Amino acid sequence: MRQTWVTPGGVHPPENKLQSLTQPIGSLPIPDKLVVPLGQHIGAPAIACVSVGDKVLKGQKIADPAGTVSAAIHAPTSGIISAIESRPVAHSSGMDALCVEITSDGDDKWIEKSGISDFEHTSAKALLSIITEAGIAGMGGAGFPTAVKLNPGFQRPIDTLIINATECEPYITADDSLIRERAEEIIEGIGILSHILGNPHNILIGIEDNKPEAIEALAPHTQDTGINVVSFPTKYPSGGEKQLIYILTGKELPSGQIPADIGMVCVNIGTTHAIKRAVVDGEPLVSRVTTMTGEACEINRNYDVLIGTPVEHMLEHNNFDAQSCSRVIMGGPMMGFSLTSKQIPIVKTTNCILAPSVEEIPHNEPAQPCIRCGMCAEACPVSLLPQQLLWYSQAEDHERLEAHNLFDCIECGACSYVCPSNIPLVQHYRSSKSDIKKAQEEKVKSTQARERFEFRQQRIELAEKEREAKRAARREAAQQAQASTGTDAMADIIAAAQARAAAKTTSPEQELAKLQRAVSSAEMRVEKAQVKLDAALENAEPTEKINILSAALSGAQQKLEKAKVRFAEHPN
Amino acid sequence: MAFKQVSSPHAHGAQNTAKVMQLVVWATIPGLIALTWHFGWGSFINVILASITAVVSEALILKMRRRPVGFYLGDYSAVVTAVLLGLALPPLCPWWVVVVGTLFSVVIAKQLFGGLGYNPFNPAMVGYVVVLISFPIEMTTWVAPLALLPDGITHPDFLESLKLVFFSTSPMDGVTGATPLDSFKHAAGLTVDQIYQQDSLFSQAMFAGVGWEWVNLGFLVGGIVLLGSRVFTWHGPVAMLVTLALMSLIFWDSGSSQSPGSPLMHLFSGASMMGAFFILTDPVSSAVSNRGRLIYGALIGILVYIIRAWGNYPDAVAFAILLANFTAPFIDNYTLPRTYGHTDRRKATERLEDK
Repeated sequence: MRQTWVTPGGVHPPENKLQSLTQPIGSLPIPDKLVVPLGQHIGAPAIACVSVGDKVLKGQKIADPAGTVSAAIHAPTSGIISAIESRPVAHSSGMDALCVEITSDGDDKWIEKSGISDFEHTSAKALLSIITEAGIAGMGGAGFPTAVKLNPGFQRPIDTLIINATECEPYITADDSLIRERAEEIIEGIGILSHILGNPHNILIGIEDNKPEAIEALAPHTQDTGINVVSFPTKYPSGGEKQLIYILTGKELPSGQIPADIGMVCVNIGTTHAIKRAVVDGEPLVSRVTTMTGEACEINRNYDVLIGTPVEHMLEHNNFDAQSCSRVIMGGPMMGFSLTSKQIPIVKTTNCILAPSVEEIPHNEPAQPCIRCGMCAEACPVSLLPQQLLWYSQAEDHERLEAHNLFDCIECGACSYVCPSNIPLVQHYRSSKSDIKKAQEEKVKSTQARERFEFRQQRIELAEKEREAKRAARREAAQQAQASTGTDAMADIIAAAQARAAAKTTSPEQELAKLQRAVSSAEMRVEKAQVKLDAALENAEPTEKINILSAALSGAQQKLEKAKVRFAEHPN
Repeated sequence: MAFKQVSSPHAHGAQNTAKVMQLVVWATIPGLIALTWHFGWGSFINVILASITAVVSEALILKMRRRPVGFYLGDYSAVVTAVLLGLALPPLCPWWVVVVGTLFSVVIAKQLFGGLGYNPFNPAMVGYVVVLISFPIEMTTWVAPLALLPDGITHPDFLESLKLVFFSTSPMDGVTGATPLDSFKHAAGLTVDQIYQQDSLFSQAMFAGVGWEWVNLGFLVGGIVLLGSRVFTWHGPVAMLVTLALMSLIFWDSGSSQSPGSPLMHLFSGASMMGAFFILTDPVSSAVSNRGRLIYGALIGILVYIIRAWGNYPDAVAFAILLANFTAPFIDNYTLPRTYGHTDRRKATERLEDK
């Protein structure tokens, strides 16, 4: 027996796993319409590469990964793309997101599959690209693109590969039944992972001791493979990545780091099965094992469900009784989220659809005041003080919340589970986390705005200073010039200017004579004009000429008048 | 109803506040039986009288605060406060002492601070100290234990006791006596051995003081039941009892006339066990983390001994707990547990800029 370590806290809710394990993994009839969300993983949603009306085959890629942290999406069955639009999806907020709707043609016809029989002789890079192209993302719940996880880079050598088969949430048996029925494929998948990671020293399958059949099923396939099946006492939440790492290795994942930073990679066991299918059989991820359970459904069992199957389809085939059901949950009773619509489709991370009766999971009771009894702190698997977090969460004291390590909360719900006052603690923490993140973003934004403003002020000031400096330089140059030439030069300039002005003016006598001349010449012109007009009148010349001559005469007379006025105005 | 948005977790454990409070009340029964056996019906009447006063006054205050009365009364916290206060008050004390103490506990110490969960001080102890300071004669008159009553005299029966509580104007004669802690305080100049020989309170006792040892054993049993049902953790009570024992060992002074008494006497006298398991474990007014509760419990142990040995009041537990209540928020700031993935414990007062 390999040593295991015990995490602090934890709870033991009723397991409720037996009811869904009475039958083997089943399958459902293909629904008429499948709704495949483009964002089923952590990271950027995939980008649709088909359009409405296209015919697709089962396993055909319908969306390309968008960037590194993303995953491809494939048609879960053959049919016609009937819509690409926003639909309600599996998200705790109950929001809508872009989905591809496929109207099934009922043939379920596969694309041509091309698997690799000898992955040992295939490069890690090629295998990673197969995994990326097959759209594989963590099937345990978080949905992190697996190829990214398997490529930690040279600076982070991996010595431990942890396969998470804990399945610590009550009710869920998807991994358990998968192991029981497909252990060989799972071990083959682990072989592929090990090859990609450069054959890490330790390969550990972590599994709770409430799955003896699964442990037994793995045993014949792990003999002499170097793969250790490590079972440990059942306790929620042992399946959390951080908890499992501690249970199996006694090491803690430092806050804010990923397992690869301490030489570990942690993969869900369902994901290893999908990897085997992708690499060896050439089948992309188009279906998964999902537990259908809860007293509001007549049949409780596991199904191999096509991704995109609406929950309604599953419920109907299990004789769902909406009257007795308290809520429909995607995931388990501890961390799953309630569905707001039965149209929501099964996605790659959906390990369970739980439809409990009201007796099983009663409606929430109103919260009583916190009496700081500390049962939450005893239950917390990461040693937080949930009662203090609640206090500061209600007070919106962000600094205290951070000092109490709010961001190390894994939202497992153990605190709320034990709370005698029915306080929805996790809900408070989620809300505070998002408040703090928002406040930090706003702080960054306002810091940037302030910096921008300050920089602008600085720039304006600088420009003003430069201008001022130029002005000062000019002023100084002028003063220097003045200082060097002295007052004589100035006097010269003035004298010259006066001389020029004097040259332009004439003496008053000359002026008077000039005016007199102007008057006499004007008189002469008037006389001449008069003579010409008289002659024209005498010769009875045409009226036009007479008019011109008379106008000339009056013009000459006006000029004479002006000359006389000027002469008269002259001071002499 | 099936498709609605509810935050996880959906499953909930069986525990609820009312059950916890009820369990605390049940756990006081061994102590109450011991008190009634050795000191008569007085404590029982105290408990009933205090409970009625507490429920009625809490209901009135809730009504005035416009809170749902049934919802908050249903948490049984008022009853717990009343039961603890009733057990702490001297048996057969006048009814108005009980009523005034309870009113102070529920109305002033609890509801005026915001009700359950918001009181910085233990309500029962606030009520107790108020009546102790206000009515010293009534509060320091204790009934003598059954075994020490003169021949032919017994404690008054239930009806007689009720009459005494409601109609007596003066403390009753014949049945009163000193408590072990009083005896020690007033036996200056005698060595511990001399006191044990001369005072029948000790000479007829098994190991601590006649009657009192049984009362403390009763509360110890109740406390262990609560500990076993995980109503609280061991940290506070154990820290207090260990510190109290250590203090009395350090100042034991080999039983000289200066000695304030043996560890066994201190552990099983007065309100030691009741304080350790029923009063300092009040989670609202105590420190929150396990380490914090160790410090908090130890502080109470030290204070109890200091007040008993060198203070003027023999009722050390009430004062010690109220003093420690003051320190609880401060202790909380410096006793955060080490969170997974962190190398060090953090301080609650840590600022972001400090990092």
